[in-house]
Amino acid sequence: MIGGLDFSVVSDNLSYFFIGRYPKGPLGGVGLTLYLAVVSLALSFIGGLVLGLMSVSRNRLLRFGSSTVIQTIRGMPLLMVIFWMFFLLPAMLGSGMTASWTIIVALTLFTSAYMSEIVRAGIVGIPKGQTEAAISTGLSHGQAMFYIILPQALRNMIPSFVNQFVSMIKDTSLAFIVGVTELTQIATQINNRTMLYPTEIFIFIAVIYFVICFAFTELSRWLERRLAYRKAI
Amino acid sequence: MLTYKFDWAIVTSGKYFDWIVSGFYVTIKLSMVSIALSFLLGLIIAIMRMSHLRPVRWFAHGYLEFFRNTPLLVQIFFWYFGSYKVLPAVANDWLVKQDFEFAAAVIALTIYTSAFIAEDIRSGVRSIPKEQMEAARSSGFSYIRSMQYIILPQAVRLTIPPLINQFLNLMKNSSLAMTIGVAELMYQARQVESYTFKGFEAFSAATLVYLALSFTITGLMTLYDKKVLQPLKGR
Repeated sequence: MIGGLDFSVVSDNLSYFFIGRYPKGPLGGVGLTLYLAVVSLALSFIGGLVLGLMSVSRNRLLRFGSSTVIQTIRGMPLLMVIFWMFFLLPAMLGSGMTASWTIIVALTLFTSAYMSEIVRAGIVGIPKGQTEAAISTGLSHGQAMFYIILPQALRNMIPSFVNQFVSMIKDTSLAFIVGVTELTQIATQINNRTMLYPTEIFIFIAVIYFVICFAFTELSRWLERRLAYRKAI
Repeated sequence: MLTYKFDWAIVTSGKYFDWIVSGFYVTIKLSMVSIALSFLLGLIIAIMRMSHLRPVRWFAHGYLEFFRNTPLLVQIFFWYFGSYKVLPAVANDWLVKQDFEFAAAVIALTIYTSAFIAEDIRSGVRSIPKEQMEAARSSGFSYIRSMQYIILPQAVRLTIPPLINQFLNLMKNSSLAMTIGVAELMYQARQVESYTFKGFEAFSAATLVYLALSFTITGLMTLYDKKVLQPLKGR
């Protein structure tokens, strides 16, 4: 008992909170939350890179296409993107998609739009002289981008990517709405079953999310400081 | 997909149109109330964060880190399902007499957004040169008064673009209130879908409303930057 709260509901269900019914059943809880976040982040890194490169391209059509996609996605709530995916993906691909993969597609689409801004800012932040020097040594525009600009830009983007990962972990909680058994869904399940301990359960998962996200926020700050330090040398 | 018959009439007039419109009103109301409250709370937290008293500063820091690093959905659930055990009886009595779903959504959105706003205000204040504060203090203003009359008016002007951005986020985040049954835009779109099976039309209508709102807010931000901030920089 802490301050009139009875946390035994948490200790009784501890493994369910962390890994769901794994290994006897599917992975759930914190494990699934991290899995969703890592897979979606990896995919949206690719999506963000493609959209970001398109938005700094010299081709007007590519620029227009990417900015339309980015503006549209950034103008909608994530929940809307999730509902669209749940609605459109089965219509387009048949019923082969699991709920987890639909969520991954929605999170990827949503985060790619935000990621592309990071990529764009990273590329624009590299001094123009670099491109000019690369081109004057005989590289093509594409080669200059891939061998000279991107490697430098990507290193500067690392702290922002880590921040995006924090947002992603928080966003995976929305998978609850479509019944994917990640941490928030597990919490509501246990709450529905036990009825008496909503306060304890939601404080507990808030603390878990906090510990994970805060660790990554601090990591991103540390990376940023180290990057600034290395630049200063 | 090919056999699907579009029926746009259901979302352009009649009962279901009214549902979408009422959802729009609730979204606006929820966002307006929450942004006003989170600005006030954010201002208080930002001032506490810059206080000279260490416990006050630490409290504000803890508040910021905790609420920024926890999903909004979990916070909404906490206030809706779990807050009754930690709030005093007076507060509980008052809350159940209100529209409780709406109140819980406002509390959660306010606390979540205020943590972000506080950081925006703080970085606005930090961009005001230190000499301004020293000059104010040396001409006899107390710390609070120099904040009130000298620093904050300048800082708030710089903070308005990030604040508008937070309002945009808040408006989009308010869609999460549907999970506890607040009948805002997203909730109504889903409602129309389950009554008519015309999900494509219902979601399109809601998407258009969200996009229109977002583009209006983004437009305002550009306008503010062009008309207010750029001329100041030129001086």
